[in-house]
Amino acid sequence: MSNNNKYLIFLGCAVPYRVSSYEISARKVLAKLGVELVEMPEFNCCGLPLDPVSHEMMLILAARNLAIAEQTGLNILTLCPGCAGTLKKVNKTLKEDKVLREKINTHLKESGLEFKGTTTTKHIMQVLIEDVGIDKIKKAVVKPLTMLQVAEHVGCHLLRPKSVIGFDDPEDPQTLKTLIEATGATCLDYIDETECCGAPSVGVSDKIALQLARDKLNHVKMVDAQALITICAFCHIMFDTNELRIEKMFSETYGIPILHYPQLLGLALGLTPEELAFNELRVNTSKLLKQVNEGAK
Amino acid sequence: MTENATTTTSKEPIKASEFDPKFKYELIKMHGGEKLLKCYQCGTCTSDCPIARYSDDYRPRTILRMANLGLKDRVLKSNTLWLCAACYTCTDRCPQDVEVASVIRVLRNLAAENGCVPQVFKDQASCILESGYAYKIPDLRIKKRETTGLPPLPKGNPESIRKILKGVSFMKHVEGSKGETNEQQ
Repeated sequence: MSNNNKYLIFLGCAVPYRVSSYEISARKVLAKLGVELVEMPEFNCCGLPLDPVSHEMMLILAARNLAIAEQTGLNILTLCPGCAGTLKKVNKTLKEDKVLREKINTHLKESGLEFKGTTTTKHIMQVLIEDVGIDKIKKAVVKPLTMLQVAEHVGCHLLRPKSVIGFDDPEDPQTLKTLIEATGATCLDYIDETECCGAPSVGVSDKIALQLARDKLNHVKMVDAQALITICAFCHIMFDTNELRIEKMFSETYGIPILHYPQLLGLALGLTPEELAFNELRVNTSKLLKQVNEGAK
Repeated sequence: MTENATTTTSKEPIKASEFDPKFKYELIKMHGGEKLLKCYQCGTCTSDCPIARYSDDYRPRTILRMANLGLKDRVLKSNTLWLCAACYTCTDRCPQDVEVASVIRVLRNLAAENGCVPQVFKDQASCILESGYAYKIPDLRIKKRETTGLPPLPKGNPESIRKILKGVSFMKHVEGSKGETNEQQ
């Protein structure tokens, strides 16, 4: 399976549930770059949310997705780093552990499915950097965003655990930086850049979760970034949906727009903010968009 | 979260009767727990843990020590266990390659097995059984996809999901699973 222009899109749960701006912008940008997406039929939750309570259930759920993908002969593209990480991890584990594979396959057989280990899963960022390629992206830029200085938030699951993910370096990640700079924008460094957004702690301890997000927003503000760029639905919810709440809670103001990377790239590719679903973002982006318009004149 | 739940930093004196010397051997047989015994308590996991920074109780090093000592009940009944964000920083940086996050996941799985399951996981599991998705996606959202130019949301296959999950012991905690547990096999 070496088709680098055509993928099964694995939407996962969080994206269709709460973050359609990510899906809308990602689909537009991928189409513009010649990546064809095929809808994945009858998929289920990747399994990750249930790993804390039942590793077995996670393995079976993930393996079902992989088995369905294998039948189509296509590789998987995900928007959620959690989904990508889980599908990669389970694929690797089941390929290496014959006993476990047979056990999981006994479950899948109940529904006429079988895991063979013939599909590859990539997050959209990995597809952009490895398969589309930075040269092609740079060539497609029609409106360089040289007027923008932004910060990146890679989050955890795109690159950790390193032994499973196998690309880039979680301690000094370059993928998102490189892709941001391909749009013409400058990517600023800031304190604790690789730190978690806090999202996994929501529901267990909202206080801890929001403190994590607050510190990140403060660090991003310290370097005067005009926007924070995310590549994960959960990280985006943590910062965009919660920014106003955190401002109130800690009596601070940030005013930092939180964009999905495909939204930033989309602007550089000449797509409009409407096409890229900027209207669905919570934090006001009008100042940022004004700068983009004025700078590009 | 659960009745009689404790934290792993409880100041209650530890009684000799609390130790289960075989607990660690139970853990190292589980997928992800294999390398627990290699932990030499250096503290890299705790010092690099984003949650430990903000929590007074959550210390991965303490949890691993307690597991190795056999303080089974204290660990499995603690609320603290559920604070791990599964960011895998500890796993990536552990000089002994213990896979700390996986050991903590193994402990959580055991806690769940013993009946300590935070509600959020039960809810997500029953959503998955119902629709394939971990959340109840509102009809409005599904309809809105059309107007925003998105393709229809693929329908899940609950029947297939139920079939493959037959015999999974966690199903006993899931509402609407029709008791498809080990006992029924």
